[in-house]
Amino acid sequence: MTVGPPAREVPSSDEGGGWRSWGVTAIFLVPAAVFLIVWIVYPTVYTIIRSFFGRDGFNNFVGIDNFKAIFTTSVLTTAIKNNAIWLGVVPALVTAIGLIFAVLTERIRWSVAFKTAVFMPMAISLFATGVIWRLMDQKDPNKGTLNAVIGVVHDAFSPPGPLSNAAPSTPSIVGSPQTGLVLKTPIAPGKVVRLGLTAIPPEDVPSGAKQAVQPPPKPGEIDGVVWRDFKPGGGVPGKVEKGELALPNVTVNLRDSSGKTVQSATTDDKGDFAFKDVKGSGYKVAIGADTFRQPFAGVDWLGSQLITPSIIIAYIWVWAGFAMVVIAAGLAAIPRETLEAARTDGGSEWQVFRRVTVPLLAPVLSVVFITMLINVLKVFDIVLSVAPGSTQTDANVIALAMWRTSFGGVNDFGLGSAIAVFLFVLVIPVLALNVRRFRREV
Amino acid sequence: MSKHRLIAAALLAATVAALVGVSTAGGARHATTISVMAVWTGAEQKSFEAVLAGFQKTNSGVKVKYTSGGDQMPTVLATAVQGGNPPDVAILAQPGLMKDFAKKGALKPLSFVTSTLKANFAPVWSQLGQVNGKQYGVIWKGANKSTVWYNVPAFKAAGVKPPANWPALIKAASTLKASGTNPYSIGGADGWTLTDLFENIYLRSAGPAKYDQLSTHKIKWTDPSVKTALKYMAQIIGNSGDIAGGTSGALQLDFPTSVSQVFASPSKAAMVFEGDFVAGVITSSTKAKPVSGFNVFGFPAIGKSGTVVVGGGDTAVMFKDNPATRALIKYLASPEAGTIWAKRGGFSSPNKKVPASAYPDPITRVTATALAKAPVFRFDMSDLQPASFGGTVGQGEFKIFQDFLKNPKNVNGIAASLESSAAKAYAKGK
Repeated sequence: MTVGPPAREVPSSDEGGGWRSWGVTAIFLVPAAVFLIVWIVYPTVYTIIRSFFGRDGFNNFVGIDNFKAIFTTSVLTTAIKNNAIWLGVVPALVTAIGLIFAVLTERIRWSVAFKTAVFMPMAISLFATGVIWRLMDQKDPNKGTLNAVIGVVHDAFSPPGPLSNAAPSTPSIVGSPQTGLVLKTPIAPGKVVRLGLTAIPPEDVPSGAKQAVQPPPKPGEIDGVVWRDFKPGGGVPGKVEKGELALPNVTVNLRDSSGKTVQSATTDDKGDFAFKDVKGSGYKVAIGADTFRQPFAGVDWLGSQLITPSIIIAYIWVWAGFAMVVIAAGLAAIPRETLEAARTDGGSEWQVFRRVTVPLLAPVLSVVFITMLINVLKVFDIVLSVAPGSTQTDANVIALAMWRTSFGGVNDFGLGSAIAVFLFVLVIPVLALNVRRFRREV
Repeated sequence: MSKHRLIAAALLAATVAALVGVSTAGGARHATTISVMAVWTGAEQKSFEAVLAGFQKTNSGVKVKYTSGGDQMPTVLATAVQGGNPPDVAILAQPGLMKDFAKKGALKPLSFVTSTLKANFAPVWSQLGQVNGKQYGVIWKGANKSTVWYNVPAFKAAGVKPPANWPALIKAASTLKASGTNPYSIGGADGWTLTDLFENIYLRSAGPAKYDQLSTHKIKWTDPSVKTALKYMAQIIGNSGDIAGGTSGALQLDFPTSVSQVFASPSKAAMVFEGDFVAGVITSSTKAKPVSGFNVFGFPAIGKSGTVVVGGGDTAVMFKDNPATRALIKYLASPEAGTIWAKRGGFSSPNKKVPASAYPDPITRVTATALAKAPVFRFDMSDLQPASFGGTVGQGEFKIFQDFLKNPKNVNGIAASLESSAAKAYAKGK
């Protein structure tokens, strides 16, 4: 663009001089032109042409079938939908968070340390960021940082029961671990009940547990035993056998026919418990749900529902620092007097921010916003590295769909090229906007 | 002009002279160099080079140059063949590749090796090297994917013995569950672990004939035999409580972790199903010791299936026919060659003459001899199918079997989507 006018201004004394200057220009331009043609123009043109041919190559002209496929294949429409979510959420959020950080860091003492910490993720490659977040997003609270934090809070309010894994050993015990387990048949005094539980790992058996012993029946009492109804090989379910351990410290409830708990007892080291002075009949013996309460299972961050929000969070974590630094630079350039004048005129901090700071920052904010628009359209590597194979399709975006279609095993370069062209067309308006803005600034 | 022509002529003359000189010199010394290409790098490359060194000891006149094709070997090789400059001998990991090259006429037939193959290999292994009844390849390295790896202390604590058939496996699983251990660890984030599981069940429940038909899409995936196999599979993956981490946990579990969590302490599950390469993952990522900490049993039989093995194999083929390449192919079919790598570890030879004592540890001994002696062996089915159906992350078989893990009751729906995905892939031709 700038080559034209100066060339005309050069005083052309004679023909030879003009030729010489043209020659020099050409020598300087040729390397750049060669690079441009080999690495930009040729691949672009080739890709556009290739997108009209099928997977078998140039002997298989398919017209616009590939472009139709983009909007009819469910994997690809999911990608387009996800990209729309990304476009709607990420640039706005990154700009807003960057602005907030930039304005707030102006006012704190440790602003340099804070800025460094927020900017640090920019130094990590997006792929590595993805790997880090994939580890942090693991479902198992013993592995994933996020779920570990949530788990600590969760378990503080509802601690897991001592026998969270247990299940009844025979069908005579009904209910589920969520509601508590109840012995099916009603019981009258003078009887003995056996509450056998299985699926208890050896390390969950309370220490000090001894061989389980079935107590003898006593008149006026309901007695019973709670034990780990398992010995190597399985044993006979429902029978207290040699080698099967008692489950001490389990709270057992006696419920009357209306379901109200009338007595509670705790098992001893032989697994035995007793309800004394019981009159009437129709009682049910139960172990409450507290005993079986599950520990926090973890939020399924990488599951099909939350995968896109999880990746977006990771992405914002990276780019918030960039937005903050750029906006802070813009903020520093705002004349202090303007702000002081606004304050002197009685504007509140919010009014100053809303009516003075933001309008003056508008060009900077739009730079950040447009940069993020382009970045988000092209987002690829972080999606690939955060999403496990089982939810990659749910997290798909256009650039990833292009790569997977072309190289990820499908090897359909026709459709892959069509997706690339589609992405190119999407980026053009944003690029045009950017170029126009640059021109205005120049 | 004339000056240019003179220079060109001079150059030509010089080149011809050089070429003639080289070829006469070579002919005089009778030293031939043959090139071999395979995928192996690193430790595997060293082991294979040791095998080649063994060849050079007995064939002192021949120099063997090994080049690694790396992961992109099919592409590298296809380009070299197209350009008319293939290696003399190559070892192919993809069963389809040998067929392609044979049909193009790029491979030389190996009729001279028939008697050696007959003596050293089970018939099923020789047949794997044939295209339309003609021998083009020698299976050099095998992989056994019909193995189940188990945590020995967990089995002991539950009083369970390695099951030999399907009902015994289901019973063992419920006993393990009662003992407080999750029976299965499933690496469902990688779809191939699920296809391997299905293939093992299908080969046993439907038989080898149906397996071959399904591999080539001669029968549909909606065939009753597929649904039967899916129902068997649902007995394993159908109960979220039997799987370490539950169904949703399994869907996020990658293969290496699915192995290491079984043998770490505390252990998360008692059994993990996958091929003989699991041993390497266990020894490199956990402290479990062979036999006392981890061990292996063959995938349980279903009905009267007997011992059958699903797996893979690397096939040696010949692009140029001369005495040196013939000698090398013959050597690769001999027990001596297999024994050299077997002793170095990380290798299963399909050659039944390779002695069990050659394997460095008791576990490889079990998996490798099961492989060499299997009366029925089939290639991993997903490797035989178009890549867009059988080998792509996030779509085709990988994705659909993950959907099956998510919802194991949906047998009919899964069979239908497998069929529609397969039909699409086969319609595209490749």
